[in-house]
Amino acid sequence: MNDVLDVALRLLLVFVVFLTFPLLVGQTEHKVMAHMQGRLGPMYAGGFHGWAQLVADGVKFAQKEDVVPAGADRRVFQLAPAVALLPYLLVLLAIPIGPSEGAVGQVVDAGVFFVLAVMGVGVLGSLMAGWASANKFSLLGGLRTAAQLLAYELPMLLAAASVAMAAGTVSLPGILDAFEWWWLPWQIVGAIVFFVAGLAELQRPPFDMPVADSEIIFGAYTEYTGLRFALFLLAEYAGIVVLCGLTTVLFLGGWHGPWGADGLGWVWTLLKTAVLAFIVIWLRVTYPRLREDQLQKLSWTLLVPLSLAQIALTGIVKVVIQ
Amino acid sequence: MTRLAATAHAMTQSAESHGFLSPTGVEIAFLLVGLLTFGAALVTVTTRQLVHAALWLVVALGGLAVEYLLLTAEFIAWVQVLIYVGSVVVLLLFGLMLTKAPIGRSPDADSGNRWAALTVAVAAAAALVWVVVDAFRTTWIDLDGPAAGSTEVTGASLFQNWVLPFEALSVLLLAALVGAIVLSRKAKAESSSPPVNSRAGSGGSPSVPDSRNHPIEGTRPAAPAESRTAAHPEEPADHQKPDPAHDPADAGTTTEQEGAR
Repeated sequence: MNDVLDVALRLLLVFVVFLTFPLLVGQTEHKVMAHMQGRLGPMYAGGFHGWAQLVADGVKFAQKEDVVPAGADRRVFQLAPAVALLPYLLVLLAIPIGPSEGAVGQVVDAGVFFVLAVMGVGVLGSLMAGWASANKFSLLGGLRTAAQLLAYELPMLLAAASVAMAAGTVSLPGILDAFEWWWLPWQIVGAIVFFVAGLAELQRPPFDMPVADSEIIFGAYTEYTGLRFALFLLAEYAGIVVLCGLTTVLFLGGWHGPWGADGLGWVWTLLKTAVLAFIVIWLRVTYPRLREDQLQKLSWTLLVPLSLAQIALTGIVKVVIQ
Repeated sequence: MTRLAATAHAMTQSAESHGFLSPTGVEIAFLLVGLLTFGAALVTVTTRQLVHAALWLVVALGGLAVEYLLLTAEFIAWVQVLIYVGSVVVLLLFGLMLTKAPIGRSPDADSGNRWAALTVAVAAAAALVWVVVDAFRTTWIDLDGPAAGSTEVTGASLFQNWVLPFEALSVLLLAALVGAIVLSRKAKAESSSPPVNSRAGSGGSPSVPDSRNHPIEGTRPAAPAESRTAAHPEEPADHQKPDPAHDPADAGTTTEQEGAR
């Protein structure tokens, strides 16, 4: 019985994190973007600096009519947001935030493979949405999503494989246990490749060609309204949380910190994740959108060779220090 | 989730006797998921809606991954999801959307060699079932012991006992990769492609011209777009360019990723 309670508690906790952290990132994005552009951002909802803006947005989305276009494929259209969102919930289950046994939703033996595999499934949601909307802009968005995923999945995998080689394990807690501070300079190229490829997979600016609002309206999500659209937005922000958490765990040492006080490991994880999330927002404000051919070129001619070089470097160092 | 449930079942019902009449929870789950997978696979080949077929394929491949999990082969299960659901099906959907993906039924989705396909499928299934049953007739996985299919065990057996087939496979994949590059290069030479960066100078919105190649109703294949391009020599291959740029890349992804595992 105790086991059941334990599992239930963990699931509940992960679920709460899944529901709140994306909103935190979203609210931060509102405020940070605004200040970077010389605006104030939301100021009224909730009173203090518009802290409840996203709650208000949620209420607005829930009130809107749920429209399915007449020519659309109803079932696929309605299923797509769930397919886009749920994988991130599953990934969150496997990310360890602290050094102890209890600081992870569920220890997965092949953790790196698990998270990358399940994250890749989320893109199917965008593809389904793009096709089922019966809208040319949506279809274009779906096509671009697919092309982007295919191009960036490979460097992401290779960069993660480099860390797994360094640690000698593919389990996420195992990688953290093996982490030393000098892995940071050793794996820095892999870290950058992983983060950039992850951004591209999430379709965040400057890699937001699939939803480029000035040319294809909103890509695969053009026809969505109300709660289903909100679910897609939530998926994007949950994706940011997951990507930053993963980069933290794989490359930045997770719960390791310069003052390794016991019991404060989770603070380090959250802090590093928050800094990465800030960088994600920063990049959105800073860089213009990459064109589709530039996107493909960046992946195939820069990120893939870089990640292969990182793997070679990891292998050489690994052999030398043994 | 499933794994949690499976482990819980394995914990509670560590049945000693391996009889067919007193199945454990894991065995029942295995059977049910197997039926689901089989059903999804059947729908995949019988449905007349092309994209639905690809989506049912996702269900079938995902069901297979769950079966691997229930057999404690965790690593294989995640690789299955990563390669097949995450890459192969995405590539498939990409190809479908790029060429012909009508919403609703396609009356011409049946190719007419249904009986030949059925014969081949039944023969292949019979051979596989026979081989597997013959090889593993009395083998039972010990669910209480250390996982028999963990990453460590899989890696050790792969690189100790099966190195030669593994390397042979990687050479095969490399050959496929080289073949894809050769094919795409040839196509590029024939269409007398412009220099790589000509697009930036040609002005206009660079990616939108694709749209004429992907009509929703799918009644029009890509051929009119090509003839139109030929009719206007002053805009050289601007519309054709994205496709050669994508196709080799995308064909390469799957092969390379399969090589990477």
